[in-house]
Amino acid sequence: MDLSAINPVILIASLMVAATPILLAAIGELVVEKSGVLNLGVEGMMITGAICGFAAAVETGSPALGFLAAMIGGAALSMIFGLLTQFLMSNQVATGLALTLFGLGLSALIGQGYVGLKPPATDRLDLGPLSDIPVLGRMVFSHDIVIYASLVLVLVVWLFLRHSRAGLILRAVGENHEAAHALGYKVVRIRLMAIAFGGAMAGLGGAYLSLVRVPQWTEGMTSGAGWIALAIVVFASWRAGRVLLGAYLFGGVAVLQLNLQAAGIAVPVELLSASPYLVTILVLVIISADRSRAAVAAPGSLGRVFHASS
Amino acid sequence: MTPLLKVDGLGKVYPGVVANDRVSFDIAEGEVHALLGENGAGKSTLVKMIYGLVKPDSGHMTLRGVPYAPAEPRAARAAGVAMVFQHFSLFDALSVAENIALGMENPPPMGQLAGRIRAVSETYGLPLAPERLVGDLSAGERQRVEIIRCLLQDPRLLIMDEPTSVLTPQEAEILFATLRKLAANGTAILYISHKLEEIRALCDRATILRLGKVVASCNPREKTAAELAEMMVGTKLATPQRAASETGDVVLEVRGLSLPSPNPFGTSLRDISFSVKSGEVLGIGGVAGNGQDELLAALSGESAASAGAVRLKGQPIGDLGPGSRRRIAVLAAPEERLGHAAAPDMSLTENALLTAAIREGLAARGFLRWPAARAFAEKVIETFDVRTPGPGNAARSLSGGNLQKFVIGREVLQRPEVLVVNQPTWGVDAAAAAAIRQALLNLAADGAAVVVISQDLDELIEISDRFAALNEGRLAPPRPTRGLSLEEIGLMMGGAHDMEVAHAAV
Repeated sequence: MDLSAINPVILIASLMVAATPILLAAIGELVVEKSGVLNLGVEGMMITGAICGFAAAVETGSPALGFLAAMIGGAALSMIFGLLTQFLMSNQVATGLALTLFGLGLSALIGQGYVGLKPPATDRLDLGPLSDIPVLGRMVFSHDIVIYASLVLVLVVWLFLRHSRAGLILRAVGENHEAAHALGYKVVRIRLMAIAFGGAMAGLGGAYLSLVRVPQWTEGMTSGAGWIALAIVVFASWRAGRVLLGAYLFGGVAVLQLNLQAAGIAVPVELLSASPYLVTILVLVIISADRSRAAVAAPGSLGRVFHASS
Repeated sequence: MTPLLKVDGLGKVYPGVVANDRVSFDIAEGEVHALLGENGAGKSTLVKMIYGLVKPDSGHMTLRGVPYAPAEPRAARAAGVAMVFQHFSLFDALSVAENIALGMENPPPMGQLAGRIRAVSETYGLPLAPERLVGDLSAGERQRVEIIRCLLQDPRLLIMDEPTSVLTPQEAEILFATLRKLAANGTAILYISHKLEEIRALCDRATILRLGKVVASCNPREKTAAELAEMMVGTKLATPQRAASETGDVVLEVRGLSLPSPNPFGTSLRDISFSVKSGEVLGIGGVAGNGQDELLAALSGESAASAGAVRLKGQPIGDLGPGSRRRIAVLAAPEERLGHAAAPDMSLTENALLTAAIREGLAARGFLRWPAARAFAEKVIETFDVRTPGPGNAARSLSGGNLQKFVIGREVLQRPEVLVVNQPTWGVDAAAAAAIRQALLNLAADGAAVVVISQDLDELIEISDRFAALNEGRLAPPRPTRGLSLEEIGLMMGGAHDMEVAHAAV
């Protein structure tokens, strides 16, 4: 075993890359759940975004258009969910599961001609002198724009939910949809917008996998990232800052365990592979251990079907 | 003088029901106008149309002589119409200020809003801290949030749907003082209530609805409560009769019962002690959220306490679950009809099975005896005059009063030795309420010990032998009901102390 082979600079740099798809999907799902909708189709939207983004980038040669196509693809898929749950009153859990299965199948179909291709490279964002800082420059200031955008997004979502009127209305709809309806807020419209945002973010996260992290297309390449994003939202008690923590923790342990495997540490590979899931959930559970506060954090109308009766 | 609001021939039809049929009335500025009627008379539909939540099928309204047809509540609020709902449209996990901001069109920044909330709450004697979480507030305080939310918009017309159903008499008095002050300033108030005495005390005019039609209009001050009730129901009302009952030995005894609340917005029970004799009705009053649900859960067995805290004829039963308690004839009917007392989407037969399987032998060797269950459900329906096509109908399809009769009847017919009920007549019209109260009295006359937890003081005075008040999870020692005045009961219930101070300061 040779731990010295693990370079902390590269470790942190790749940690951010590994965490970003999950962070994007989780922050999108956070907004969806805050509006009172439980969309279990994150995995399906991610993989649809992955192939839409990959195909668009390969065809046009532009990663930016690829990311855009991924967001559109994810949002379009999420609108199927929105249509079924918000207008046809279908059960959100079952519909979300179906969406995941559908997304996996659809992406495999679209992706048939793209296996083995290489996507155009996504450029690093030129941050000028910042990138030249020794160690730190390499660690955090030499990434592509999506990583920085995802971090800004966490801040924006936090500000939106905590301090904006629109965010207050969104939280109100998620907390008690009947009361929000009685006050004259358009519950269904607000939820559809939240669902579309969640879909776009999941799609973007998926495309980040296929265009940057891996980068190539293989069937089922999200391999559970959508599910861990869902878990992170819940264990983060629906708070944007904790979602960031959870996603980076997951990304960090995932990268670290790969390095440890490579270094030949004397721990069963299966245990190492499971460690990101175990560590992330364990840490977030400990943080949100105060059950009384956790109960307050969950949106009151989460997963309930809204039917405007009056 | 043109009236503030004129409603002319308003009609609304729902599938199978005519909710409103050519309803016409008007309200003048500064008038307190009562809307009276039984459950299902169409009061709620009418005010929802005025508030823009429901679109009328026919008829029209004018506000200050101008045609008024709000497409949504926002338009109604912009026109100066505000509404305080019977079931508060509040958000538990948000603060008072956030809740109020949600009900305003153009709320000022949060800091400024908090200042205005304080100012209005002082002007009208309704103390309220803007930064508190609504989930932590009492029912009376929640109502203040709703009222202040309305007042901040300077309404011309304030609609109040059953505002006093959750208040102590003292809190209600304070509310009336606020409403009178508002009316004196020219705000019209449309006031919906079942409680005839308070309508007589407060309102200038009353419009009475029955089955969706206006049947009468009068000055409630010139009528007796009985006359008003007859106009509402259309027939004479029978008041429950109490047989001269003999009380026997102590059946149920609760000693030093303390139980922490299982959820963050609940109330912990603190050192509760009382006993109930056979043939006796013990009334437990108190403002909602002072431990009623928790007390019922402890008595029914939903939350286990220490064995000795609850005793049946001296035997400790505090640690038994609901099933074991049913077996020894300790039965309960909780407050929430849909979802707690009954499973909404299951049929009445299935609902009958759920609590009566043990005592009525509706299951044998793990199999259900459907014919027996159906017969039992039919017996409940017949004995308690539950209006439904049959026991195969889902619980949800019944009106509140009918389902309540079924839920109470189902327990009464299981020959309980102890029956605990919470809010037995909540949201139930006068005729059904009288029937339920009579059933409880008959049960006691047959030798059962009955505990009635309720927020309706008139009900408790009417049927209970002794009265005790729950306040923040503590129970005051029971006192004989006879001779207690409403005033004394209000003081026993407490919770109004802080308000009296604020009131005096105005």
